[in-house]
Amino acid sequence: MATKEIKTEIIETDILIIGGGTAGCLAAVEAKEKNPDLKVTILEKAHIDRSGCLAAGMNAINAYLNPGETPESFVKHVRADALGLIREDVVLASAKELNNVVQKVEKWGLPIMKDKNGQYAPRGRWNIKINGESLKPIIAEAAKKAGAEVYNRVIVTNFLINNNRIVGATGFGVRDGKYYIARAKAVIVATGGAAGIYKPNNPGSAHHKMWYPPFNTGAGYAMGIRAGAEMTSFEMRFIALRTKDVISPTGTLALGFGAPQVNAKGEQFMKTKYKHLGGEGAPTPIRVYAPTKEVKEGRGPCYMDTRHLTPEQVKDLKASFLDMYPGIVLYWAANGIDPSKEPVEICGTEPYIMGGHCQAGYWIDPDRSTTLEGLYAAGDVAGGNPYKFVSGCWAEGVIAARSAVDYVAGVERLNAENEESEKERIFAPLHRYKEVKEGVTPSEMEERLQKVMDEYAGGVTVFYEMNDERLEVALKHLKRMKTQAQYLIAENLHDLMLAHEVIDRIDVAEVLVNHLLYRKETRWPGYQTRLDYTERDDFNWLKFVNSKKNTETGEIEMMERPYTQIIPGDRYLPR
Amino acid sequence: MSVIVDLKKCNGCKNKETPLCVKNCPGDLMAIDPENQKAYICKEEDCWDCMVCVKLCPCSAIATKLPYQLALYKATLVPKVYEDKIKWTCTDIDGNKEEFEIKTLEI
Repeated sequence: MATKEIKTEIIETDILIIGGGTAGCLAAVEAKEKNPDLKVTILEKAHIDRSGCLAAGMNAINAYLNPGETPESFVKHVRADALGLIREDVVLASAKELNNVVQKVEKWGLPIMKDKNGQYAPRGRWNIKINGESLKPIIAEAAKKAGAEVYNRVIVTNFLINNNRIVGATGFGVRDGKYYIARAKAVIVATGGAAGIYKPNNPGSAHHKMWYPPFNTGAGYAMGIRAGAEMTSFEMRFIALRTKDVISPTGTLALGFGAPQVNAKGEQFMKTKYKHLGGEGAPTPIRVYAPTKEVKEGRGPCYMDTRHLTPEQVKDLKASFLDMYPGIVLYWAANGIDPSKEPVEICGTEPYIMGGHCQAGYWIDPDRSTTLEGLYAAGDVAGGNPYKFVSGCWAEGVIAARSAVDYVAGVERLNAENEESEKERIFAPLHRYKEVKEGVTPSEMEERLQKVMDEYAGGVTVFYEMNDERLEVALKHLKRMKTQAQYLIAENLHDLMLAHEVIDRIDVAEVLVNHLLYRKETRWPGYQTRLDYTERDDFNWLKFVNSKKNTETGEIEMMERPYTQIIPGDRYLPR
Repeated sequence: MSVIVDLKKCNGCKNKETPLCVKNCPGDLMAIDPENQKAYICKEEDCWDCMVCVKLCPCSAIATKLPYQLALYKATLVPKVYEDKIKWTCTDIDGNKEEFEIKTLEI
């Protein structure tokens, strides 16, 4: 099919939300509540009932101000957990919304567990227990009920731009094959972060047995990078401490069931070697760095010790996982594992780029405006605001929606300069398949990207470690690979989606490696372990590393932004 | 990672515009085979094991199967979805059964 034969669907709206996940659904509700006359449109890659990070469910809310806590005490905790460097203004703004959004979603039907006094049952300082198997359909229903217009199965590929203002987005229907042009007065990008940049823990038939959704492929970052948005802190990668093989969350074991980490010798190494950093409660990067080091130095495997659990507690533990990662219950059944009799083996995951646990993402103001006019960011694509998890993404969606509603009151909808050129770019891999037949498949390119990143940019097989020389090799490979995008072939629309996913991932990887190269210290051991700059260096590096693609030269330009302390106190103490 | 479709049970959701597995798979992996009008997974290795299709299938025709590199033959985990709760039955490789009932919605 020639490009001119592809049908175009034009959408005109007031507020366009890209990604109907955790942040996007709450943004849609807030926008319609604030101004019911506005047209609010969600473009969703999958189907909003079960898309994004919440597809399988969730068993806890991990950013909630339990009694006695305040937005300020939350900022202190998040700052210490991120080793002294966060956007305190941005974190504080969402902290103020956390409890409101949780109570709002509870009203929509989310079961939150209560103690005997009717208070939310805590699961740690910032955590409450929920029965969240249906969390995603609950918030999707709220977005639909609020009157948001939803287009499912539309893969968004780029922003529409008019004179440096973001005026919409383009994409294609992975089911209907149409070219979509969505013109809007304001755009909220809420696509989630990026998995699949690095070689995954498991090979072949299990390559998608990962913690972060493999369908979150960095599109929101890549679109922003290509449009020249300023990005921050990509070098703070997220490496999760997870159960080995099925990569299920360990927070359920540690916070929910008091399981400590032990090495192969039975030593509770967090308590002994990392006591000065908080022991089992040490900052999140340290909790993955420490077992990685134990394994590297010959004291692996490492475990979370669950042998103190009673049979009833094991049953509760399994029930808790069924609300979120049912695969681990099946895995235990398939491998004859009883967590009350043997400890649960753990590992670090392949690195992810995401702003929900760490802080890679758009450089934003507290109102969630990005550096591009008309564009707001919420959820895992928004930077400088780690430790937001589900409820922080909700809060961010709400804040972004309020700002977008205010913004659209004063602007007109504009047509863009790149409406037609994007159509050629999108469908090129389909045409190449039809006309030339041979080339590079998306999975071949993905495999090469993941191998390069794993070996030269600190993947799981090199214990997440890196130095300047290795990173330079990674960059050289990435630059060459970018020129190969023209050879991508797609046999069908699903493969066309995979082709754009790998194009996006390479753009994200290039920015990531530039960030990793720039920060000449080890700020976050594990997430960013430098072999050539092994220490934290507050004197020179207590600042943000940012980047912006020069849209004329295509070069990634690096810049620094100052850190500002708002909440007083020792930046390395959580209280 | 993948799912197995029981071709005897799957009816291709004849009465629905889009079969629920095809409609909801977050990875765009479920499709209907034009030859037999039944569901299949188009790229097995790309499944995330979220079990969305397994839970939503009105014919209970879809089962999750962990890859053999991670899991021995043949444990099963079967959900049954009700309006406000979900019942799970897990059977291990020795045939031991365990059941769970979990709330999903406050109504």
